[in-house]
Amino acid sequence: MRVKTKGLSRITAEDVIFDTVNYIILIFLCVATLYPFLNTLAISLNDATDAIRGNIYLWPREFSWRNYEMILTENTNIGNALFISAARAVAGAGTSVLACLMIAYTLSRKNFVLRKFFIKFLVLTMYFSGGMIPVYLLMRSLGLINNFLVYILPGMVGAYNVMIMRSYIEGIPESLVEAAKIDGASEYRILFTIIMPISMPVIATIILFVAVGQWNSWFDTMLYTSSRQELSTLQFELQKLLSSTQTMTSSSADAADAMGLLDKGIVTPNSLRAAMTIIATVPILFSYPFLQKYFVQGLTLGGVKG
Amino acid sequence: MNRVARSKKSRFWEQLVQQRQLLVLSVPFIILVFIFNYVPIWGWILAFKNYNPGLGFFKSPWVGLDNFKEVFTDSNFYRALKNTLAISSIKLVFNFTSAIVLAVLLNEVKNIIFKRTVQTISYLPYFVSWVVAANIVFMSLSPEDGIVNHLLVFLGILKEPIPFMGMKEYFYWVVALSSVWKTVGYSAIIYLAAMTGIDPEIYESADIDGAGRLRKIFAITIPSIMPTIKILLVLNIGWIMNAGFEQVYLLGNASVQEVSNTLEVYVYNYALKYFRYSFGTAIGIFNSIVAFVLITVSNFVSKKVDGEGVL
Repeated sequence: MRVKTKGLSRITAEDVIFDTVNYIILIFLCVATLYPFLNTLAISLNDATDAIRGNIYLWPREFSWRNYEMILTENTNIGNALFISAARAVAGAGTSVLACLMIAYTLSRKNFVLRKFFIKFLVLTMYFSGGMIPVYLLMRSLGLINNFLVYILPGMVGAYNVMIMRSYIEGIPESLVEAAKIDGASEYRILFTIIMPISMPVIATIILFVAVGQWNSWFDTMLYTSSRQELSTLQFELQKLLSSTQTMTSSSADAADAMGLLDKGIVTPNSLRAAMTIIATVPILFSYPFLQKYFVQGLTLGGVKG
Repeated sequence: MNRVARSKKSRFWEQLVQQRQLLVLSVPFIILVFIFNYVPIWGWILAFKNYNPGLGFFKSPWVGLDNFKEVFTDSNFYRALKNTLAISSIKLVFNFTSAIVLAVLLNEVKNIIFKRTVQTISYLPYFVSWVVAANIVFMSLSPEDGIVNHLLVFLGILKEPIPFMGMKEYFYWVVALSSVWKTVGYSAIIYLAAMTGIDPEIYESADIDGAGRLRKIFAITIPSIMPTIKILLVLNIGWIMNAGFEQVYLLGNASVQEVSNTLEVYVYNYALKYFRYSFGTAIGIFNSIVAFVLITVSNFVSKKVDGEGVL
């Protein structure tokens, strides 16, 4: 742009062709990204029996709220799953951010004698895992199978999140802490009255990331709590519906039937799936402006130095 | 010498007592990490036993390396290993190049509003769950009403719709392309960040020399982000044993099993469907150790490349 003021750049044929091709590619990318969501939205807002005829693209043909009413108002398993998903997002994010903040603060104290050891101890967890079966057996022996806490405890201290927080706290001027220390403030006081208010941006980032991760996870439900229906989550219900609809149409009808929906009105598995997909996506869309604001920071702030 | 060591030791304890408040803030969580991340390693013992749920962890009989021998003679294991490596390699190539291309293309857009809009839209799929993404993939590729088949038939590329999800020969491509769909916008960020560091004067002097757009891309933009590219490539190669369990599990189905069974899916099936915990653990150990070695080596190499370590 500065080049133009110098009057050196002329628009060449190459520029025109390049820009045109570039815009076409990027617009195609946007369409390819958005179309499936808009299409799903249109199907979810269309009358279910009419939707079987197909050919619904961006707009519902026979508008109806019925699919959503089914999920949200009738006393179904999905309504409960929605509640559990929200509960784990809130509880998971709240506890995790507090845990990460506390440990990150101690690791930011340069004179803390166990600092180096604890950092190594945490960073190492990013490189290996015990594997599915040993972890499963551990959960079982801790009594976490079919227990809501299995959603919260295992992932509470995320090493990566701790390191992001730590590097943020290390950027806070040490003089603030020292002044408080001279006044005789305890570490707890320093953490909660000085460090925490200043760290709000990074706290918000971590809350969002953990909440999104919690909202999106389904595999832990399948692995640990699938035999207790009242602990099921929205994503897992959606996964069950997906895996049954793709194998055979009749069994998907059974699956939806088992959810107590088909007998209550005219809903098809496909329409139900569309509505559930939208419900699973909406919270992400709402938190999106915030996510977007912070995740670039998070990404570039990675700061995982041993 | 001894005295020095001892005084050092006592100083350590002294400091520790002094810093007890920091211990209160950190130790409970360190214990939590120990339980959930380190204790499972102890469960690796299972691989050397013949686990019998009736007898429990301790009383199950020792069998030495029998489970490993069985793993390494099982043809399913080699197929799962092949699938894992194939899927993650294809994903690596696709994700890697698409992210760089997108970053370069976005970098060439002069209209800030258009650029922001494209970016905002392109990150979106990164934040939805794989369950939602898999739903979208199945829906879009459906032979009855999927948009992809509609388009291909409309454009005359296909005579009639193809049931993509049920065909073995398409599975790897479906995995790779759906992965690009989900992550390209997000992965491009890091390259775009690297491009903002390029001095605009370099482009200006290239203009004076009469260099065209493509010339500038290949002579300035790409070489400037080369260090980032190298480091990320090395780091990504480190993760080659990880084909992405959620995605593969969700997109896989009975008709493509032969190509969709990765090591993790294989472990899952053995353990939780057939209750062969010991056998599954042996495969898990193989996977964890190879992955750990690869990741550690790639981190080491990337530090050498970078001088101080990336990220």
